[in-house]
Amino acid sequence: MSDDLLPPPDTEVKPHSMTEALALPTGAKQLTLWGDVWRKLKRDKRFYVAAFLIAIFVLMAIAPFLFLTKDPNACPISDSTLPMSKQHWFGTDILGCDYYSRVIYGARTSLEVGLIVSSLSIVIALSFGAAAGYFGGWVDTVISRWADIWFSIPTILGALLVLTLFNGGGPVLVSLVIVMFAWPDMTRLVRSTVISGKSRGYVRAARTMGSRGRRILRRHVLPNGIAPVLVFAAYVVGSSVGAEAGLTFLGVGLRLPTISWGLQLAVADTRFPEDAYLMFWPSLFLCLLIGAFILLGESLRDAMDPKLFGGDG
Amino acid sequence: MSKRYLIRRLLLVVPVLLGTILIVFALVFLTPGDPVNRLAGNKPLAPSTYNEIRTRYHLDQPFVVQYFYYLDGLAHGDLGATFTGRDVTDILKERFPVTLKLTLGAFAIEVVLGLLLAVVAAVKRRTLLDSAILVFTLFMITVPVIVLGFVLQYVFGVKLHWLPVAGIRDGPSSYILPSLTLGLGLAASLGRLARSNVLDNMAGEHIRAAIARGLPRRRVVGRHVLKNSLVPIVTILGLDFAYLMGGAVITETIFNLPGLGYSLITGIKTQNGPLVVGLVTLSAIIFVFTNLFVDLLCARIDPRISYE
Repeated sequence: MSDDLLPPPDTEVKPHSMTEALALPTGAKQLTLWGDVWRKLKRDKRFYVAAFLIAIFVLMAIAPFLFLTKDPNACPISDSTLPMSKQHWFGTDILGCDYYSRVIYGARTSLEVGLIVSSLSIVIALSFGAAAGYFGGWVDTVISRWADIWFSIPTILGALLVLTLFNGGGPVLVSLVIVMFAWPDMTRLVRSTVISGKSRGYVRAARTMGSRGRRILRRHVLPNGIAPVLVFAAYVVGSSVGAEAGLTFLGVGLRLPTISWGLQLAVADTRFPEDAYLMFWPSLFLCLLIGAFILLGESLRDAMDPKLFGGDG
Repeated sequence: MSKRYLIRRLLLVVPVLLGTILIVFALVFLTPGDPVNRLAGNKPLAPSTYNEIRTRYHLDQPFVVQYFYYLDGLAHGDLGATFTGRDVTDILKERFPVTLKLTLGAFAIEVVLGLLLAVVAAVKRRTLLDSAILVFTLFMITVPVIVLGFVLQYVFGVKLHWLPVAGIRDGPSSYILPSLTLGLGLAASLGRLARSNVLDNMAGEHIRAAIARGLPRRRVVGRHVLKNSLVPIVTILGLDFAYLMGGAVITETIFNLPGLGYSLITGIKTQNGPLVVGLVTLSAIIFVFTNLFVDLLCARIDPRISYE
């Protein structure tokens, strides 16, 4: 409650509820949910590591030229599989391309897949999962059974099948196919969060006060249930980056000329173990990217969990 | 847990499985290319032979009819035959033990290592040991299966010659590296999850009461804390088990293990529709029933869970 909402002193104050009546005159700095989360995050070392790594990868994705001087597509075949040198920091790949440039460019593809899968999963989960949990009844039955069906097909197996139909594709297609089989996870999470949220005291209070339906869902249930969704979203970024690399490695994911760590690993596999460095660099970057999002998820989880005091490791 | 709940859960399995099979069947049906021509190596076939093969496998029937033929066969334990005349059921029977051994190996690593790490970290909370476990598990979760597989293969197979590099010709030792590849990551995520769960429970009043009653620490952790952490742990273990049984495609490919995942890849590459449908159907069946079992088990463990 901000001060300008205070009525002039001579009019009668009619607070809508007990809490409002108590909150009105204080004027102390309010601790909002997000302010509290931010305060805890600022004390968490994991959050800084994650933020630093993610910032670097985002920069790599948006402006790869900041990191390199060579064209990743300039590949003189005479330079095939050169070892590491001042010229080629990570050596060169089979076709003679500068491996460092190729690996840097791979960040964009992986990040693209991770973010598309994660944000689409959120959208689906917040609409279908919330509807199923809030309305219950036949809405819940239809959505939940539909989710069960897709949930019972392992993501990699299903994506393998569908991508074979398309004979591989670009990052957007691969992301959509991963979402096709990965969405039920988060939808189930949101559904159960909404179910447990809707019987809470403050929701019952809001209903008693005459709020209903969508307003309760939007104003009370979802904001309080958003924490697990965000944490899971960070995890989904990491896992879908891994899934893309795996699918591409199996030969059904991304295709050249896309530059991707999965493709680099697939090529490296054919030269393994003679040219092990071809395996090393994309693996390292893949691990760092996935690790950054896992750390982000964990620090968010601890910061948003009201049960934990003082941020436990 | 009432009998009504059990029956309702069993009935719910039916539409889910029908839907799953329908989706998989449709996806394989949509695959471009004529399977009969493919079988003949894309060489011309006599029209009579061509038509006979089409009729024998009901390929001349519309999609829905083919689907019902398949369900009918499935109900009799018959998953059809590949276009080369082998029974899919036979192939699955042959591949299943490989995946089962891999699953059991990985699962054992997950359970033993995961729970050990969790309990040690929770009991030694905020010590150096706890931090070391947290860093180690984070690292193991971060490394994708595809990377870990190659590293283990390179270090222990190629460089040190301690363990077989690939294939299953060396008996049980062939399964050690693949099981580690799958199991370490799973153990790490289970360990982290179980640790925070154990910590949550240790803060509970019933634990303080148990300590106040003078019970030995070992007993408090073993009986009071772990039992209360069991539901989320069992749930995760169930999902992981089903995921492993579905065929670890990437691991089986890296280590050339002729299991379910490996045959899925070959089936897809050779457009062996019946085999692919059979494999994914099997993994969905395992998944659905594992989940059912886990739900029932959780209701057993924690009487507070009521499914009405």
